Amino acid sequence: MATETGEDSGLVFHPMDQFIVKPLFGDGPVHWYTITNVTLWMALGVLGIAALLILGTSRRAIVPSRSQSVGELAYGFVHKMVEDVAGKDALKYFPYIMTLFMFIVFANFLGLIPTAYTTTSHIAVTAVLALGVFLGVTILGFVKNGTKFLGLFWVTEAPLAIRPVLALIELISYFVRPVSHSIRLAGNMTAGHAVLKVFAGFGQVTAIAPLSILAVTAIYGLEVLVAFIQAYVFTILTCVYLKDALHPSH
Amino acid sequence: MEGDIANLGQFIGAGLAGMGAGVAALGVGNVAGNYLAGALRNPSAAASQTATLFIGIAFAEALGIFSFLVALLLMFAV
Repeated sequence: MATETGEDSGLVFHPMDQFIVKPLFGDGPVHWYTITNVTLWMALGVLGIAALLILGTSRRAIVPSRSQSVGELAYGFVHKMVEDVAGKDALKYFPYIMTLFMFIVFANFLGLIPTAYTTTSHIAVTAVLALGVFLGVTILGFVKNGTKFLGLFWVTEAPLAIRPVLALIELISYFVRPVSHSIRLAGNMTAGHAVLKVFAGFGQVTAIAPLSILAVTAIYGLEVLVAFIQAYVFTILTCVYLKDALHPSH
Repeated sequence: MEGDIANLGQFIGAGLAGMGAGVAALGVGNVAGNYLAGALRNPSAAASQTATLFIGIAFAEALGIFSFLVALLLMFAV
């Protein structure tokens, strides 16, 4: 195990230490009801979203304030994405997709504050989001289309001989969706923050400390980009899955 | 340097799994490069295809993330 971080590896802190879930008060075992640092940062994210979307836009000014224009920008961005990717009849499910997008964006950006905790770096968090999308979309597909939803796996454009093989591949790829959907977000967040900590660890060697600071700054800039792009990718894939459920024919 | 042969296997396996990240980088670069090549030939169609670009990048990248996950599992979970 790579837990020994003292003399052997030469790093003063372990790059994965930042992902440890700790109780906020005292240090007992972590139960499902224990208030941990994950709870804190999720609550801060929800408060941030409420502040931006409720307080920021409450005045409904014709000439919007700065927070109101950011809120309107986010709303318009997700609205256009749902309409373009999933179609006009998917706009009924826009509130759910907007909630997902805002939650992930806020969790990612709050995690970028130094000493903050990245809640989306845990598969437990992203898997619940992805499973919600997967179950919701599957149930929606069967409710809307009945057994015609299974046409998603039976590619009628292909020759009859290879259709069973294609059906098997489509079935596997369908059930891998929640796995890749959740791991993509958690993995990107974990990897990015671990890289930041690794480069920060080089800072203790005086000869390469300036280089280390430069590298951390550059990677931080990249991580700001990744934080947004991963939220965007999660949301747009949700739209793609939603489109498959509403219009299952290929 | 001390430790048993199981640790050796874990570390070598994690290093091998890490190579998957490099191969996924080739895939992501391929998607982005081809998008740019197409966008320069027909710039008017470029804006409408950015969503497709990001979906393609996400799918290519997911497999690299899987190998990263295997490396993490070998280092911390096994």
